[in-house]
Amino acid sequence: MNIHEYQAKELLKSYGVSVPSGGVAYSDKQAAQVAEDIGGAKWVVKAQIHAGGRGKAGGVKVVSSIDEVKKTADAMIGTHLVTHQTGPEGSVVQRVWVEQASQIHKEYYLGFVIDRGTQRITLIASSEGGVEIEDVAKNKPEKIITEVIDPAIGLRDFQCRKVATAVGLKGRLMPQAVKLMKAIYRVMRDKDALQAEINPLAVVAVGEDEQLMVLDAKFNFDDNSLYRQKAIVELRDLAEEDPKEVEASGHGLNYIALDGNIGCIVNGAGLAMASLDAIALHGGKPANFLDVGGGASPEKVTNACRIVLEDPNVKCILVNIFAGINRCDWIALGLIQACNTLQIKVPLIVRLAGTNVEEGRRILDESGLAFISAENLDAAAAKSVEIVRA
Amino acid sequence: MIVSVFVNKDSRVIFQGFTGEHATFHAQDAIKIGTNVVGGVTPGKGGTTHLGLPVFDTVAEAVRETGANVSGVFVPPPFSADALMEAIDAGIKVAVTIADGIPIHDMVQLQRFRVGKDSILIGPNTPGIITPGECKVGIMPSHIYKRGNVGIVSRSGTLNYEATEQMEALGLGITTSVGIGGDPINGTDFVTVLQAFEADPETEIVVMIGEIGGPQEVAAARWASENMKKPVVGFVAGVAAPAGRRMGHAGAIIASEEDTAKAKMDAMESLGLYVARNPAQIGQTVFRAMQENGIKP
Repeated sequence: MNIHEYQAKELLKSYGVSVPSGGVAYSDKQAAQVAEDIGGAKWVVKAQIHAGGRGKAGGVKVVSSIDEVKKTADAMIGTHLVTHQTGPEGSVVQRVWVEQASQIHKEYYLGFVIDRGTQRITLIASSEGGVEIEDVAKNKPEKIITEVIDPAIGLRDFQCRKVATAVGLKGRLMPQAVKLMKAIYRVMRDKDALQAEINPLAVVAVGEDEQLMVLDAKFNFDDNSLYRQKAIVELRDLAEEDPKEVEASGHGLNYIALDGNIGCIVNGAGLAMASLDAIALHGGKPANFLDVGGGASPEKVTNACRIVLEDPNVKCILVNIFAGINRCDWIALGLIQACNTLQIKVPLIVRLAGTNVEEGRRILDESGLAFISAENLDAAAAKSVEIVRA
Repeated sequence: MIVSVFVNKDSRVIFQGFTGEHATFHAQDAIKIGTNVVGGVTPGKGGTTHLGLPVFDTVAEAVRETGANVSGVFVPPPFSADALMEAIDAGIKVAVTIADGIPIHDMVQLQRFRVGKDSILIGPNTPGIITPGECKVGIMPSHIYKRGNVGIVSRSGTLNYEATEQMEALGLGITTSVGIGGDPINGTDFVTVLQAFEADPETEIVVMIGEIGGPQEVAAARWASENMKKPVVGFVAGVAAPAGRRMGHAGAIIASEEDTAKAKMDAMESLGLYVARNPAQIGQTVFRAMQENGIKP
């Protein structure tokens, strides 16, 4: 689960991390009010969408009057912001974050990930901030500093000092860096975050002095931990998620829309991916990924059919079930129920295997409905592609 | 000599969460195929019997009273890590967790807990492990697994069934099937399973089924090319998967170029593995590799 930048900054602030003074606004008037309340002479107006790449796409503007804050917010709110991460349709900007503009001396990168190789939280830092860390990793790998954290020991001060020195955060900035790294690590642990990214972490002018400040922050939280993270769940913005995917997950289905015309209903993530691959190998294009999961009831199968058929591009549906914890007879009953209640007009190609397969096939045969049965994965994919081509 | 990988007819199996619906069903199936189930654990129900077997409050008691050394952990995801630590602490040598949805920070803690302890953890998010005719700890349809000389290891459960059925249609059976699971952190990785298959006298060829996301397929292929005499057949699901999306499994996400199915299969091929590029041809590819290496089914 992702959250917005303003939510991330508010979360960090509650852990004692320095972020610019600012506020969220849902209208141009509110934005102007926020700017007035926080004061200053320059402000940054930032479109709040989950996708990255907002700066290049025009979603971040520095302005120097309250009137400009208002105009900029008005121009942003309600528009579709298209970044390299949103896809061509973009994301609708529902709100902006207005903050005091900082006088930036230098930008750094700071991130925490759960590294799959070491199976531990790993701190990543770089003196190359404000740019995509993937580009730094590719072009200047020596500028990436990593520190693996032992979960039983936690992140120690000396590790933070080591990382700070390596990226060049020295002298009076070092204790600030240590405090900040430890705070973000605490957020990771307390809130079950999968990833935290501070980019940029900036050294900014404060009068004659300098201070470390978080100018942008991104968090990704573990969906499997949301049951124990009520405060994080409150931050969920459903408008940022595909409504069909949200609906599907409400039915215990895992659905991802794709751009082809062969609908897919499969059990198990691996077999579902392999089914897409088999369709592609036969020259077809899948319309979606859909995993019905284990223990699929007839109702669940009906819901799966309905969600797949909401996509007007779907010309046929490939049902591929290899039942382990599932039961082929339940799947068959679900398909018949779906045919009867949804008036399905596209052909259904059905491949059943595993638990109660004979019973499942018998139910389909005796239904009198025109299912196209397939012996195996290859035949199912071939028949689906043949049908959409005809 | 102990044949087969991780579990066999000498394994003494308990189930944690024994009296629950799924554990009951799969314990019965396990017993039917010959698994030596010696009891189970459900805190609060110690002293009773279930399926004619003793129920204990703690794993430590179960180990002491029954000599159990393998545990199928059928407790819900929020409680799984704790149950697994209990099993390992009690001296269980092979723990299998089918739970899909264990918080990743719990897995980080669990993997740290296991450091220096002699245990094998299969899963999470796996159908489990089966040595046909000897021992099943998991939720797979046991009737599709016939005994033979192919070792199979996969991240996905249903794709494991798929490959097994394709092999069976060609008359190929298996020694042991290990599902390492679809999560980003696996208790046991591909390399550990390949090591076990290489050491197992009955296994003559290995099929490894991966998917998008994470570095371990390539690491395993590299290890195999440097250390294994037995041929390895690889397949990676998700060639048609879009980048940046979690494809059902928590661990199946393309975060970089190396995470793609194509990159992984290319790497496997360049490291000398047999590669099935088509998920419908995993069985045939194993068959061909066996012929080329003079291995009889």
